[in-house]
Amino acid sequence: MADKVLMKGNEAIAEAAIIAGCRHYFGYPITPQTEIAAYMAKRMPKIGGTFLQAESELAAISMVYGVSSCGYRVMTSSSSPGISLKSEGLSYLAGADLPALVVNVQRGGPGLGGIQPSQSDYFQATRGGGHGDYHMIVLAPASVQEMAELTVKGFELADKYRMTSMILADGTMGQMMEPVALDLKVNPAPEKPWATTGTKLSRKHNIVNSLSLVPEELESQNFARFERYKTVEENETMYEEYMTEDAEIIIAAFGIAARVSKNAINAARREGIKVGLIRPITLWPFPKAPFARAAKTAKAMISVELSMGQMIEDVKLASECRVPVTLCNRAGGMIPSPEQVLEAIRAAAKNGGNK
Amino acid sequence: MVVFDKPHALTDTPFHYCPGCTHGIIHRLVAEVLDELGIEGKTIGIAPVGCSVMAYNYFNCDMIEAAHGRAPAVATGVKRANPDNIVFSYQGDGDLASIGMAETVHAAARNENITVIFINNAIYGMTGGQMAPTSLVGQVTQTSPYGRDPKMCGYPVKICEMLSQLEGPEYLERVTVNSVKNARRAKAAIKKAFENQIAGKGFSLVEVLSSCPTNWGMTPDAALKWIDDKMIPYYPLGVYKDRSAKEEN
Repeated sequence: MADKVLMKGNEAIAEAAIIAGCRHYFGYPITPQTEIAAYMAKRMPKIGGTFLQAESELAAISMVYGVSSCGYRVMTSSSSPGISLKSEGLSYLAGADLPALVVNVQRGGPGLGGIQPSQSDYFQATRGGGHGDYHMIVLAPASVQEMAELTVKGFELADKYRMTSMILADGTMGQMMEPVALDLKVNPAPEKPWATTGTKLSRKHNIVNSLSLVPEELESQNFARFERYKTVEENETMYEEYMTEDAEIIIAAFGIAARVSKNAINAARREGIKVGLIRPITLWPFPKAPFARAAKTAKAMISVELSMGQMIEDVKLASECRVPVTLCNRAGGMIPSPEQVLEAIRAAAKNGGNK
Repeated sequence: MVVFDKPHALTDTPFHYCPGCTHGIIHRLVAEVLDELGIEGKTIGIAPVGCSVMAYNYFNCDMIEAAHGRAPAVATGVKRANPDNIVFSYQGDGDLASIGMAETVHAAARNENITVIFINNAIYGMTGGQMAPTSLVGQVTQTSPYGRDPKMCGYPVKICEMLSQLEGPEYLERVTVNSVKNARRAKAAIKKAFENQIAGKGFSLVEVLSSCPTNWGMTPDAALKWIDDKMIPYYPLGVYKDRSAKEEN
């Protein structure tokens, strides 16, 4: 067991990225994720890496696009309003099949919103965010340890599938401190023969591009990309189950909402209510199987979210609407309390979810 | 005996440019410079969005197609990751002087060690002839059908003059290619802009006044003359910044 260090979630992401071999970081200040930039500003010059504060999120993601084109592990981070700006680049990264790691430490919205924790960018992240048909691998950490582990995983998956991985955290995950073990295992980046590194006059020129004016060709690129996405869905879906074995009520929650929900589940169990948790770790691909399985025996499901109800749609789809799914939520930077979740569990137990 | 050939740094793909458009000349000048400096094999070019969007098919070096206006940011990433490569962007006026103004100004302010080839033809060509940030006062375009009115749209942006106010950039020059003599000068400027990068001197931008007979509604000849008569008086040719030359004096 490695020694643990006490770190903020944002710092854990930054250090894990360096451990994963990322030597290029581009960002623009925005609360509540600025510690990532500050950490990189300190560390990168000392290890021969690049830290650059870009003029905007548009520029930062384009710098990421440039470095990724050259075949290096590269990242940027931001919070909700900044991710909207980065969405242009996210679409181009997808169109050019470039790997990258993008961190979104979400805050309440819409618009300028606030600076307190939120999960209201779920739709934006899981549906791609920018224009066109594409997906990102969306990873949802629920502890500082997972902030670190999923950062490494994010780089590996991005390289493996030539996709963007997004860490979809929230302000709580970014700001809270927990002990972290940083003895992270890292798979090195694969060969990238497509990268623009200079032809050395010894090969045909490489072109990194998302333009394709012949619709038949563009269509076949889209089909090929979605075949790749299917492989990701088959191989990379991650989730945690907590007390689901005999559960009649299933809570769906990720990130900080899952931790609050565990408290509520423990309290409900003491009252004799059979309730469990399915915590998606990958939000895309969404863990459909455990929800489909649970829908056969459970009486009700509750989606606990820091939003007006976004993941609840995936829960309904995955459970094929076989059981009633209710929403237990706070929004705008507020976090549901264990008592609020417990109340929702009691209500579901009482009426079998038949609201 | 071959006395005149295509530069090696150009592919065999035929240009898609309209008859009389000077993009072809400027591509050739850039390619000749890559040949003469022997840097094609380590050069990475960044293509814009606009008429020259498919420049990646024409240059033999590795190429990256950027989002509209973001080429200097993409070039920044490439150069920071691969300082030993030569990195250039090739951008039109809509790309560089409108939607990509922030990326242009900040790459210049940081003195990024890159080369920018800026094609100013005072119009959006690819989308069919709309008003550009560099369209002249009174110029008729699809989106200024009564002529560019400064009361409504302000005045055309002078990129070299504007960037010359910054401490950052190494070298800024405006040239044109509307005559053999001017094309030779343009090539010298482009070459210097690449040599600066090889020497690690920093941000070098060459603005090339270019013609668009199709969207200007002129013959190729008349378009070349319009550069002399209308563009150069507002956009004077010359060196706007050359830090190393200044320091040597």
